[in-house]
Amino acid sequence: MSTADTTSEGRPTAVGLIAPALVDLDLDASATDKDAAIRRLVSLAHAAGRVTDVEQMLADVRAREAQMPTGLEGGIGIPHARSAAVRIPTLVFGRSSAGIDFGAEDGPARIVFLIAAPDDGEGEHLTVLAALARRLVHQSFREALINAGDPEDVVELIRNEVENR
Amino acid sequence: MKFVAVTSCPTGIAHTYMAAEALEQAARDAGHEIQVETQGAGGLQAIGQETIDAADAVIFAADVEVRGRDRFAGKPTVTVPVKRAINDAAGILGEAVQAAESGVVSAHRSSTSGGLTTKVDHDAGVGTRVRQWLMTGVSYMIPFVAAGGILIAFGFMLARFAGGDNGAIEVTKIPITDLIKHFDATSGMQWAALLFQVGVAAFGFLVPALAGFIAFAIADRPGIAPGFVGGALAGVVGAGFLGGIVAGFLGGFLALWVSRWRVPRAVASIMPVVVIPLVATLLTGGLMIVILGRPLSWVTDKLTAGLDNMSGGSMIVLGVVLGLMMAFDMGGPVNKVAYTFATTGLTAAAIASHGTQLTVMAVVMAAGMTPPLGLALATVVRKELFSEPEQENGKAAWLLGASFITEGAIPFAAADPLRVIPSIMVGSGVTGGLVAAFGSELAAPHGGIWVTPLISGIPGYLLAIVVGTGVTAALVVLAKSVRRTEVADPTQPAGAGSTSPDLATV
Repeated sequence: MSTADTTSEGRPTAVGLIAPALVDLDLDASATDKDAAIRRLVSLAHAAGRVTDVEQMLADVRAREAQMPTGLEGGIGIPHARSAAVRIPTLVFGRSSAGIDFGAEDGPARIVFLIAAPDDGEGEHLTVLAALARRLVHQSFREALINAGDPEDVVELIRNEVENR
Repeated sequence: MKFVAVTSCPTGIAHTYMAAEALEQAARDAGHEIQVETQGAGGLQAIGQETIDAADAVIFAADVEVRGRDRFAGKPTVTVPVKRAINDAAGILGEAVQAAESGVVSAHRSSTSGGLTTKVDHDAGVGTRVRQWLMTGVSYMIPFVAAGGILIAFGFMLARFAGGDNGAIEVTKIPITDLIKHFDATSGMQWAALLFQVGVAAFGFLVPALAGFIAFAIADRPGIAPGFVGGALAGVVGAGFLGGIVAGFLGGFLALWVSRWRVPRAVASIMPVVVIPLVATLLTGGLMIVILGRPLSWVTDKLTAGLDNMSGGSMIVLGVVLGLMMAFDMGGPVNKVAYTFATTGLTAAAIASHGTQLTVMAVVMAAGMTPPLGLALATVVRKELFSEPEQENGKAAWLLGASFITEGAIPFAAADPLRVIPSIMVGSGVTGGLVAAFGSELAAPHGGIWVTPLISGIPGYLLAIVVGTGVTAALVVLAKSVRRTEVADPTQPAGAGSTSPDLATV
């Protein structure tokens, strides 16, 4: 699997935030509901060695989700948490053509970002996540993600968006 | 236009920044300037005060408490959930433009604890939040207590000088229609009646303001209507300020509950102005009338019957019981029963024959004077146990207590009922027992020290008031001191002189 995580070189970059192994363009194959989708994305992060404890992470994400669903208008879900189970700031991307209900008012989510941050993360690391969160608001970025052909494209898109800021 | 905004969310890694971006984008599109302060996990870069001062309006897109809210005080403000800022930033900017144009300034200021860090409130304490809600209600109620109480007291005072010994009684009998139709500016009694009537009008807002602003603290603006209406109905059903507190919490939480309904988009826009106040007001008001009214009238009947039974027995026991009742809810049902019991005894026959009914009246008035007096004394003796608004209220409480306006103690009791109410009850009970033991007599239903000449056995009567005042003050100080040592933990602001420094600016 992925050895492309570039965090070993120190400061995380947009590339370090996500890797092709953290992209699932066919979420429908493993999930039809929110819970299964989150589990799928967390397990990808776990397989990549970024999350140490799947159950702990799931619990933290669900706790956040219970406060208020993270579905946003425009077909987006952003389950997220700061958790002791997260080693490095991580983004996992999932795409569903059927749509998965994340509680948004205008319908199910077609793109889902799992945003994972360490519990004790410093400001520096988190600013990368913050920059990405800001890009998610842009319609053009969302559309590009929906139309991306393969995982490498997704990683490339995210890298461009965040680094060109 | 120029705007400033604060965004925040529980986790602080996603919505905070998305909302910021959405607001910035929408502002650009609409040709406005905006600077956004993201209060998230990525650290905080505070907006400069000059920028805030120059802004036309403030937007809070925050699901957790805004840090340093005081910096934005006095600006037209739009407050929305963070998610709405992401989904409908343009709409929110529209609201901000409206707010700026209408110049409506948010009353919010630091009503939800200015400088405290946000996440403390989430886990750390229901107790703390309940106290903040109560204090918010109290701080907005105090102006009504002070204005109304002092006007009434001045009315009595003036009546005493203009109308002689019975002036303070006569003044309440001048109907307001009399003042409307032919106010006589040369008559001292007319002026006294004017002061009295305006004061009474101000007192009419006391419980509604308390309830309204408790609900406001809980649910923000949508809470105001259900809170005020519930508070007014607490008055109608005779539930007093304790009923007002109930109404405030009821109204606040019902408004909060309705605001969390998931509704179609078309309805969402009229939720805060129409739907939430409408539904929450109906429910709050309905519950106050239907649920609270009947048991209250039952309690009233039972208490009255109990007092009637006791009047054959020991006068001192009756005095103590009446004292306890007077202080329990200050204008609420229990107080009303005791007061009505005393005033209905003031028949012509009783006055002519010096019946025990006159001693009962003396008991009730003396016991109704000690709660404000005792609390006023406590604020002088141990200032640091009281918040700044409470200290201010303490100054007025001297005059209010002396004038038998027991309501002067309500701000203290509403802010900290579990410590204050038992303390003032004991003080009033002592006073009531002493007055009964001394056998003082009084034939006036109100007036406080302004009807002193009508009292027989003045030295014993005054002594009883002084003792009760001392007991009240001592117990309040004791009860509040116990709390202080418990709370002395490192999360509290060190050396905070007041129990809630954040309210000092309200």
